[in-house]
This record gives sequence, structure tokens and C-alpha cells, in this order.
Amino acid sequence: MSIRFRRAILPGIAVLGLALTACGGQDDSASASGGEGASGSVAVDGSSTVYPLSNAAAELLSEENPDIQVTVGEAGTGGGFEVFCAGQTDISNASRPIEDDEAAACSDGGVEYTELQVATDALTVVVNPDLDIDCLTTEQLKMIWEPGAEGKVTNWNQVDPSFPDEAISLFGPGTDSGTFDYFTDAINGEEGASRTDYEASEDDNVIVQGVSGTPGAMGYFGYTYFEENSDSLKAVAVDSGSGCVAPSPETAQDGSYVPLSRPLFIYVSNASYSDKPQVAEFVDFYVDNLPDITEAAQFIPLNDEQTAETQSALDGLKG
Amino acid sequence: MAAYAETAAKTVLATAGRDRDRSVKSLVFLGLLWFSLFFGVLVLVALIVSTALEGAPRFDSDLITRYSSTLSPERTGFRAGILGSLMVILATAAMAVPIGIAAALHLEEFANKERWYNKFIEVNLQNLAAVPSVVYGLLAVAFVTLMGIHQRGLVISGAVALSLLILPVIIITTREAVRAVPREIRDGSMALGATRWQTTWKQTLPSAVPGIATGTILGLSRAIGEAAPLLIIGTATAIRFDPNGLMSQFTALPLEIYSTTSQSREDFRVAAAAAIIVLLVMILALNGLAIFIRNKFQRSW
Repeated sequence: MSIRFRRAILPGIAVLGLALTACGGQDDSASASGGEGASGSVAVDGSSTVYPLSNAAAELLSEENPDIQVTVGEAGTGGGFEVFCAGQTDISNASRPIEDDEAAACSDGGVEYTELQVATDALTVVVNPDLDIDCLTTEQLKMIWEPGAEGKVTNWNQVDPSFPDEAISLFGPGTDSGTFDYFTDAINGEEGASRTDYEASEDDNVIVQGVSGTPGAMGYFGYTYFEENSDSLKAVAVDSGSGCVAPSPETAQDGSYVPLSRPLFIYVSNASYSDKPQVAEFVDFYVDNLPDITEAAQFIPLNDEQTAETQSALDGLKG
Repeated sequence: MAAYAETAAKTVLATAGRDRDRSVKSLVFLGLLWFSLFFGVLVLVALIVSTALEGAPRFDSDLITRYSSTLSPERTGFRAGILGSLMVILATAAMAVPIGIAAALHLEEFANKERWYNKFIEVNLQNLAAVPSVVYGLLAVAFVTLMGIHQRGLVISGAVALSLLILPVIIITTREAVRAVPREIRDGSMALGATRWQTTWKQTLPSAVPGIATGTILGLSRAIGEAAPLLIIGTATAIRFDPNGLMSQFTALPLEIYSTTSQSREDFRVAAAAAIIVLLVMILALNGLAIFIRNKFQRSW
């Protein structure tokens, strides 16, 4: 037994150790050739809303240049900036512009960055399809979602006497989400200010199921989730003073769907862009192929003006 | 329910054929026991079956040979996650098993159990086994940062987190296995002039291998399903290359499943369901290996 044990186990451990150490780490310092044909790793993290977009960009690039190893995480917009400003990632996905305290953290960490808008999203307010409500004003939305409504606004006819006598059930993203930040800022006037007696989930599919399965339910999330589930949900048009506007790629692009159409960004570390050719190649590729990338990931593409802006921001980065 | 309990009870009595107690109380109790058993098993079976049915359209080779794909969701795969999970579990085993076994042997065979610090360690081992896994993720981050590694989401960070997570389990089960080796084996070895070290290495340890292997593999199969500590160490979810060493970035199957289920398109959810079955198969294979080793090397005295 003892001999058999040693014969079996010791070489096993040795082989394991060898296998793990011998193949070693990947070469992180990329070839200094620059431009096309670079190799090495690109670390992307941040918003889970932008995640599919950056993921699609990484996938398209890997078909052209498999030597660039792009990793995309989804720590959330806030979580992404935290590591980005500590210099641990090259690119941060964001579903809202960077905040002052995050910008301060970046300058403390010595990270200079460039903001590039990569797509547009129409934050979509959805209700259960059986609910007889097609349009809400921003005041009404605020009435339902503001912190003061907690426990008080519980029936649709409180919002407007002409609305049905039906209890309101609310679904929405959790507080770590950039979507939550954007919605509370646009509707309630203060980022993070929201009633808390709603079903919160980081997984938008849970919100989809909640709203489609609960009479009188309401929720909000990015446009793609509505598009995928348009047969079981109803999108509410939003009236911000100039009539009801339904969310759609067109109204988000031409800027008429206010205040809930929002830009989606990537933040690129200037140092990573200039020092790591693989980061530069990835970002250039991302911007140059934006129409294909947004289409593949089913996002709303930029309009011409926004495309020109992003392009000029990139030119500034190239220096 | 009562009728069901009665028939169930009769079956048991008929097969067991020993207990003749047929009072109402005992029948009700038996019924409750059966109900509990079926409840647990039924929920599990229902879950597995519904997941398997949902994922059925995607049980193809793309699922394990291709990387995740946003461009063609119907052909998305989990290659990076599967290889990453295997890699990190291998590294975890290489780290945790020798340390765990050595620690257990020391505590059981060499340490003076009367000393206060050994008692202290003993109590804390039990406590550590109950610590939430997220905490080990934080510990691992601190540990690798101290070692001077600042890159996020590396295999070594994942392996450290999972090693810390399963070390208490390995130590506790190894101690049990070592304790189960009869005193006479040690006495006999010592009587023949072997030193304490020789006795431990050549007699006690080999005799305890089945128990140690079982405990270790069950620990590893727990680790392979963990997502929380890996999230804390900054593991990315979208990766399009194979992990190639301790210093390589990786993603793990549970993380990839989690990320895939929250995508908007239906194809992704189907693929995720299929990947859940793949993960279950991996865990069952590990558990099967544990049972095989236990049966093959089991000794009785």
C-alpha cells in the first residue's frame, strides 16, 4: 500500500506542479511594433449594460487579430470606475458619465482618461400589457418613483384619477446599477434618490418576468430588454412637456425621447492607449466598427453628430 | 396523504420486516419522513429536469468548444469557462491538498493537544469552515496583493481564494480519516522500531488515503461551483483565450453562466441552461471519482 501510494501520488503532485509552473504566465509586455498586429492583453470592466457591446467589439477584433486578449468584466459602472481609477483596467464601460468623486479618484490615482460615446440607449419604462396606460408625464413618473412616494403612492388612480383602480407593483434595478443612477437623476432630479419599496434585481430578465407576470406592474431597464420581450411587455411613452414620445431607436437617436435616452460610454485610460499598442488597436477598431458592433449587440447606434464627436475625441487621444 | 403514508409504511415494514409497531403515531412519523425525503429529492429532480429541457437544443459540441459569442448567440459556447474552471481547480488542489493534509497530520499526530494554542487552532478551524465564501475572496485579494501581484482576475488569485475556502474542509476530513486508523497499527509500527515520522508516513497516512481523498474531492467539487469569491478577485466574464498558467487571466463556468443568463436574448438563456448541466456533470464526475477511490482503497480492520 505504501509503495503504491507513493508511486501514484508523488509523481502526480510533481506533474501537477510542473504543468502549472512550466507553462508560465502570458507575455504582458506587448510587442512595441504598434498599430496593426499588436498582441497582449486589454482589461475592460464596468457597466453590465455596455458589457454586450464591448464583448461584441472584442469578439469582432478576435476574428481579425486573435493575439490581442481582451477580457471584459461586469462589475457595474461604479465598480468599474473604482478599479479603472486605481489603474487596474485599461478601459471602463459606463452607462452614465463619470461623477465628480470618481473623477477625483482618477486624478488621485494618476489616471487620465478620454470619454468616448459608443452607443445610445433608450431607458424604457414598461408596464404590464393589461394595464390601460400608454403615456406618463415625467411628473407622474416622479410622483411614483420619488423617495416621498414610499408607502404612499400605491394605486394607479392616485397618480391620475383617470387611471385604473389597480395596485402599483414596482420593479427596477438595484442601487449598484448605472441604469438606476441615470433614471433617478433624470426623473427624481437627484442621483440615487428613489423609493425603496420596489423589487430590485441586477438581472433585467427578472424585471421582465416580474412586470409581465404581475397585474399593475411597472419597471424600467435598457431598450434591448424591451425589444426582446415586446410581446409580453408594454412600453410607456414619456411626456416631458412636448407630447408623448415612445421609446424607439429613432426617437433615442434624434434626441426627442427625453429625458430617458442616455449615452453609453467607454472611458479609455490615456496612458494605456499610448503605452500599450494592443489597447490602441482595440479602441481604434471599436470606434471604426461601431455600426457593425452596435448592430451585432442590438444597441441603438450613434447619429452622425455623435459619431463625429466620438471620432474627434479619438483623434484627440491619438494626439 | 394518510393512505399514502400507510402504503409507504407497509412497504417499508414488509421489506425491513423487523419492526411491528403500527400505532398511528409511528405511521404518521414515517409518513413525514418519507415526505421530507421526497420533497428534497423532488425539488432537485424538477430543477435538473426543467433546466435540462430548457437547455436541450444546445447540447452540441459548440457548447464546449467555442468561446462566448455575442455575434452568433445560437452558437455561443463556454470553452473559456470550462477550461478556466478546470485550471483553477487543478491549481487549487495543488495548493490546498498538501497544505491541508500536512496541517491535519500535524494536529492529529504530532501536536500536543493540551497546549492552549492547539486548542485555539482547533476551535478556529471549525469556525473557518462556516465563513461565507465572499470573505475568502477578500482574503485572497489581500494575499496576492501582498505578494506583489496587481493584475486582476488571475488563476493564482482564484486558486488562493478557493484554497482558503476548502482548506478547513480538507483539514477536518483528513483528521477524521487519520483518527479512524486504529491505534494498534501505530503501536505495532512503533514496536517494530519505526520512528513516529516513519509510522505516520508509511502506515497511518496510506491507511487514511480513502478518507482523505473523499473529503478532498468533495471539497474541490464544492469549490468548482463557487462564483462569489471569484467575482471579488475581479475575474472577467468575457474571455476569448484559454488560460495557460498560474499568471493567466481566466473566467470560470459559474461566472459565465451567471453572466449569460442575464443577457437579453433568449438564445443565451438556452445556452446557459445547457451550461448548467455541463457544470453539474463536472461536479458529479468529481463526486463519482471520490466514491470510486473510497471503494477501491477502502480497508477494514
